[in-house]
Amino acid sequence: MAGKTLYDKLWDDHVVKQRDDGSALIYIDRHLLHEVTSPQAFEGLRLANRKPWRLDANLATPDHNVPTTDRARGVDGIVDPVSRIQVETLDSNCDEFGILEFKIKDQRQGIVHVIGPEQGATLPGMTIVCGDSHTSTHGAFGTLAHGIGTSEVEHVLATQCLVQQKMKNMLVKVDGKLAPGITGKDVVLAIIGRIGTAGGTGCAIEFGGEAIRDLSMEARMTICNMAIEAGARVGMVAVDDKTIDYVRGRPFSPKGEQWDQAVAHWRTLHSDHDAVFDKVVELDAADIKPQVTWGTSPEMVVGVDGTVPDPDREEDPIKREGIVRALKYMGLKPNMPISEIRLDRIFIGSCTNSRIEDLREAAAVVKGKKVSTTLKQAMVVPGSGLVKAQAEQEGLDKIFIEAGLEWRDPGCSMCLAMNADKLGQGEHCASTSNRNFEGRQGFGGRTHLVSPAMAAAAAIAGHFTDVTQLTR
Amino acid sequence: MRAMKTHKGRVAPMDRSNVDTDMIIPKQFLKSIKRTGFGPNLFDELRYLDEGQPDQDCSKRPINPDFVLNQPRYAGASVLLARRNFGCGSSREHAPWALDDYGFRVIIAPSFADIFYNNCFKNGLLPIVLEEDIGDHLFKEAEESEGYELAVDLEAKTVTTPSGESFGFEVDDFRRHCLLNGLDDIGVTLEDGDVIQSYEDRRRQTAPWLFNSPA
Ligand code: SF4
Repeated sequence: MAGKTLYDKLWDDHVVKQRDDGSALIYIDRHLLHEVTSPQAFEGLRLANRKPWRLDANLATPDHNVPTTDRARGVDGIVDPVSRIQVETLDSNCDEFGILEFKIKDQRQGIVHVIGPEQGATLPGMTIVCGDSHTSTHGAFGTLAHGIGTSEVEHVLATQCLVQQKMKNMLVKVDGKLAPGITGKDVVLAIIGRIGTAGGTGCAIEFGGEAIRDLSMEARMTICNMAIEAGARVGMVAVDDKTIDYVRGRPFSPKGEQWDQAVAHWRTLHSDHDAVFDKVVELDAADIKPQVTWGTSPEMVVGVDGTVPDPDREEDPIKREGIVRALKYMGLKPNMPISEIRLDRIFIGSCTNSRIEDLREAAAVVKGKKVSTTLKQAMVVPGSGLVKAQAEQEGLDKIFIEAGLEWRDPGCSMCLAMNADKLGQGEHCASTSNRNFEGRQGFGGRTHLVSPAMAAAAAIAGHFTDVTQLTR
Repeated sequence: MRAMKTHKGRVAPMDRSNVDTDMIIPKQFLKSIKRTGFGPNLFDELRYLDEGQPDQDCSKRPINPDFVLNQPRYAGASVLLARRNFGCGSSREHAPWALDDYGFRVIIAPSFADIFYNNCFKNGLLPIVLEEDIGDHLFKEAEESEGYELAVDLEAKTVTTPSGESFGFEVDDFRRHCLLNGLDDIGVTLEDGDVIQSYEDRRRQTAPWLFNSPA
């Protein structure tokens, strides 16, 4: 019999009951909550007169609607009444049911996918869910993690389980060495460019190969974060020393004898050498250049030295139509060099790229330089209060501010523009977030997805430029 | 979910076909973070003479005296007698939430829109399909006699009039089982509560670190 994949192992560990119809009841170890997708779930519990199954499995924080300035006023500082009500509702629900919440004024508050790993609430071998599709982020720790809907949020709260069908196993292998200056963001954008936004549909993707093993935990999180943009609800990386080192000593992490016991188990969390995958995709790390998206889907991506595609050269009529539509929305001309796209704003943040390593990479690029005067705005939004504190301790805030970037308070911010941070109509933004959909960052806004270093280089130049050439 | 084995209640006859979900609850009321509280805005545009806004005190609004639910004789109705294709339109659950919040438990019609029909069961409401001519008969009786009530027996799958006339109806076994026992998806999962509990107990032994709270 063939060995097991990492996904098989995680799945098998969590099957509470296999049902006759092929579905299974899967136990959920960690449930993360935020203000947008939880209110009706809590309301459902109340109506049915139910209690959460296990309180200590849950951890909540507001992130989508929080302002990134004037945080001293707490919830009162949220100007939009609908946003404020959502945040207040999360607070009162957590208080009522006894769920641990890092509230808006708590230094531990942040984007839910940043704080899980930061707190050690994300541990290898866990099943982790959240009413948010980017829950795949946590798979970087060898967990089975994915997003769920509001009715499932209620289901998990009430039963600690989900009814699931097993997915297919897919391996994305990135072999060889990345060139200096190439980041996790470039790797995952290159993968999506290769397999497309439906390439991982129905699959749990394991990211493997030398290039992935060489990456830091932060970079692995960036890659797993965007598994959903490749169509896969789940992205994963096998556990190794880096994983274990990252987890050590965090507030929720095991201590003492329990630690040793846990580590012994975590060391088994990798695919067996004879495991069989339903689908395998291989990339050569050496081929990966800094990536920039030009269109309105993450798969519409090229190297920074490339050009905007020409629809006339696309044979597939559906794709051609897609290119034409995207170019129109983005206000770009076929065959235009990527470096000639004029930018209006820079956004460094989001659950994809707002961790300390991301901020260090961006700071290294802007240090001692000035943001281009052609830009309207360049902002840095750390992923959590603790990331912010760490960055300030390292003096990164001063580097950003001296270069002319705004240094904000933690939250989702301009990733989806649910708070006050938005693009204006027709504005181009170099963004370290994960979705370049029409209107995502503001009505009529034009998003180009890049790494933090590329966003920083673009902030200085006012247009896209190859960051690997700068650092040389 | 609320269980229902039998239900007896006052009947409100709503003589109108193709009642859609926007009519049931207009879109300006969907911004709410709740599933409850939609009752005062149920059938808002039919019920009131002004244009409804969220967070309004509905008790001060001018009511449409002709609308069936505004007639004193139908106050407190919990059985809605309706016409063909009730609940057509969107898939949003706000429609059953609003009917439920108002106090309806049973809706009788010759036909329902699919999604709405489904959504009713998820929210503890019982939609009953009765032939058009039986419906006509019930409409007539309900309009003629004040305080008219119908008795529904889900176990026996019957609707019974005050004079003892009884009509059978069809309902899918699984849905019936769920409603009889007050089971929703969550309820079904909780039937395996002991299996979940023993899984959890075992994990507490073999992987205790999964149950830590922050130090
Ligand atoms: S940062 Fe963006 S993608 Fe991530 S959770 Fe927030 S809104 Fe979603």
